[in-house]
Amino acid sequence: MSVKVISVLENILQANDQVAAANRARFAAAGVYALNIMSSPGAGKTSLIEQTLRALAPQVRIGMINGDTTAASMDAERGARAGAASVHINTGGNCHLEAHMVRQALDALDLSALDLVIVENVGNLVCPAGWDLGVHARVVVASVTEGDDKPYKYPTMYRGAEVLLLNKIDLLPYLDFNTDYFLQGVRLLNPAVQVFPISCRSGEGIGAWAEWLRARALKHG
Amino acid sequence: MHELSVTQHILEIVVRHAQQAHAARITDIHLVIGQLSSFIDESIQFYWDTLSSGTLAEGAHLHFERVPAQVDCNECGQRSTLAESAQGCLACGSLNVRVVAGEEFYVRAIQVQAADEREQEAEA
Repeated sequence: MSVKVISVLENILQANDQVAAANRARFAAAGVYALNIMSSPGAGKTSLIEQTLRALAPQVRIGMINGDTTAASMDAERGARAGAASVHINTGGNCHLEAHMVRQALDALDLSALDLVIVENVGNLVCPAGWDLGVHARVVVASVTEGDDKPYKYPTMYRGAEVLLLNKIDLLPYLDFNTDYFLQGVRLLNPAVQVFPISCRSGEGIGAWAEWLRARALKHG
Repeated sequence: MHELSVTQHILEIVVRHAQQAHAARITDIHLVIGQLSSFIDESIQFYWDTLSSGTLAEGAHLHFERVPAQVDCNECGQRSTLAESAQGCLACGSLNVRVVAGEEFYVRAIQVQAADEREQEAEA
């Protein structure tokens, strides 16, 4: 037996990245703008999507891909009730969406009839950050009830975002959330990130976010 | 939990390269993991022992090479090696920095046992 060292130099997530690139090409060909919405469980992803649909539909035609770790599809149903073409992905316990899951969901959507696809990732601040899905913008929803230290504890998630929505700001008077400390952590990791303070409950700040998104969705469509 | 799917990817990569080299067995795998990427050595090792069973890579030893996080300061130009992930420039304290190292996640090399040439002749 002879022993040999073989140089590999292959990115472990390359298989995912290739599928993500194909998803990206599909969005581009259809003129669809796509978002990957990520947050911890309970930060308000689905409420945000409902508010966004209320602000933009039907002028912006929206499809929704909803990832959950089980067959519980109430989030997708909430999206459908709010007027989105909606597809539910059961990840079978997997803690994040991968590009091939989104590819499969895209087969169930008529992209030619859409301007915007919103992918709602599994509620988790760690794993979803590692997988490119082929979208245009990664949106992190943070909520003030989670505490102001989250950027420092989950740097990969905050570093990779194009947009940060700070949700539940209507609760700030009742909490010890230090917004300056939170934003300092965000800026440290990601100086270019676009920040929108919002409340899905009161509707505060939703207008500015919706306008940001409307401009992009209609430009692509 | 996400180490399950990345370990499957690692296995696919190393087995493919070993087959291309007509290797009999993979003995060692060298993985490079940046400090900023969220993959846990112990967790990969845990899934590895199960997933590699019955493959060319069964029993292969995983070597984890950790790459420290480094940032370049956009203000003063200094490069800093970070002890923890959430820090600014160590020279001037600016938070306006960009990551230049620490996000790596790849298979650097594998060590294999080549099938003995005489054995190959005997088989043929």
